[in-house]
Amino acid sequence: MSALLHVNNISKRFGGFVALDDIDLEVQPGERLGLIGPNGSGKSTLVNCICGTLQNETGSVYFDGHVIDGLPAHQRTHRGVARSFQLPRPFHSMSLADNLRIPLLYTVRAREGMLHAHSDLEGRCRELLDMVGLGAKAKQMPRDLTQVEMRKLELARAMAAEPKLLIADESMAGLSHSEIEDILALLVRLNERGITIILIEHIMSAVMSFSQRLAVLVSGKKIADGKPQDVVRDPEVVRAYLGQ
Amino acid sequence: MIQVNTAKFSLILIVIGAVIMAFAHWVHVDYLFFASYTILQFIVLATAWNILGGYCGYVNFGSAAFFAMGAYSSVALYKFDPQSFEFCFTDSTCMSFHFLDWAFPIPIPVLIIIGGLVSGIAGFGMGYLTLRLRGSFFAIATLALAVVLQTLVVNWDFVGGSRGAYIIRPENMEFAGIELNYIEYLFALMLLLAVIALVTARTIERSQLGFGFATIRDDELAAEASGVPTLRLKLIATTLSGAFMGMAGAPFPYYIGYLQPASAFGLEYAVNSIAMPMIGGTTTWVGPLIGAVLLGSAQQYATVTISSAVNLLIVGLMLVAFVIIAPNGLVGLVQERLRTWRKP
Repeated sequence: MSALLHVNNISKRFGGFVALDDIDLEVQPGERLGLIGPNGSGKSTLVNCICGTLQNETGSVYFDGHVIDGLPAHQRTHRGVARSFQLPRPFHSMSLADNLRIPLLYTVRAREGMLHAHSDLEGRCRELLDMVGLGAKAKQMPRDLTQVEMRKLELARAMAAEPKLLIADESMAGLSHSEIEDILALLVRLNERGITIILIEHIMSAVMSFSQRLAVLVSGKKIADGKPQDVVRDPEVVRAYLGQ
Repeated sequence: MIQVNTAKFSLILIVIGAVIMAFAHWVHVDYLFFASYTILQFIVLATAWNILGGYCGYVNFGSAAFFAMGAYSSVALYKFDPQSFEFCFTDSTCMSFHFLDWAFPIPIPVLIIIGGLVSGIAGFGMGYLTLRLRGSFFAIATLALAVVLQTLVVNWDFVGGSRGAYIIRPENMEFAGIELNYIEYLFALMLLLAVIALVTARTIERSQLGFGFATIRDDELAAEASGVPTLRLKLIATTLSGAFMGMAGAPFPYYIGYLQPASAFGLEYAVNSIAMPMIGGTTTWVGPLIGAVLLGSAQQYATVTISSAVNLLIVGLMLVAFVIIAPNGLVGLVQERLRTWRKP
């Protein structure tokens, strides 16, 4: 089986600072990958390079067998890469339903042609909101939401694009224990529908229970990649997190 | 709420336009046409500005440049006389333009389309060069465009340079068997243009394009991540916005009779096209319309009663007042009141 995502030796620097140094990473279809690392280790930069917000300087990113280097972010979304943002970035002048309408109009329609009728769109928005438990708030504005609801909206919008790969960038930071359980359950449900998920997270209990495989970034380098239980015992990982 | 589709909406506006026209024709005071023309022109300018500034959130400070490009394309075509104009490559080989005799003088509706094309292309070019800039940087870049273009026109002798150009317009115009005063004819054209601009703005607002524009205004990064091709949409916006400004400018030399760079590139066009949507409200097509009618009439009134020099002062004061009282414009204010009223 060939990998869904293959990050092939990519590097990215900001001026003199090397944010990503020769990162190599493969993600298999249907996999749940956890990506961890201390603050400033390059996790978000890696996500940005995969999603096209930033362009990597060397190496290539393969998605679904094609090179996606140089493609703008929206084209990568069309191909099936979706992400949620670390800090929720809803379209604040639109209702929740309209927030989801955007990826439906611009990604799903662009992909499938004009098959989706107008009434179909409404139903689909409702379905997605129900999935994350926001069905009753379809007409409300993002500013009326709580933090956890905002994260759910963020995930629902990413899901509206019907992606093959979902990258959840710290979608649980700052949430309470039960809220984290909520989001985790949602992510697992999505994965069961066949969506590959990369979870970037600081909360170890969440990462450990979710991930089938764990990769660790430290100072722009990947220092470990393997079974979660083995990775957290890796002396190098322990040193990176706890110091010597 | 009553749903009105685009065809019905266009029809309603055309009927309203026709009523206004018939009324003005019946009253038949030349000054009425003269003053209302300016207001209509500002409706077009404000609506055009709003397509980029209101829907996409990119503040264009160079409206005067697009307006002037439309105006000067008309001047250039007025000055261009195929009977006598020759383009000489060397002393002996000259190219004459007699084959264009049939087309001149070019009727104003065609000039409007040409003005729109010129400014639309300029808008596309400007967009391509400057859309990587955001916020105030974009605004400064558009302002710079206006300065550069004004310098070019001042030094372009063919269209009068800094001396300006006289346009001698015919007294009357026969249109569909009706003898119209020329100012009345210009008024009718501007009225039609205002209707087209409003219908376009409203259509955009309700289409997929309008949704896309709004995502750009809200959050460009999230828009891209949702699959919105932001650069392409922004280019559509700059092109459309520029084109309508150019169309508003094209009949202007015929209206004013004498065009000089300082008036075509006047600060009032840049300021008014920003202030009118801001005062009316930038998120819907109604905002620029209300703003232009309100501010335009106030200015016309001040011009007659006090002095035209007060115009910019009025704009400034109203802008300050609205920023404090109603930051989302009149439309925003009404919407907010309705919301609190419905939800006690």
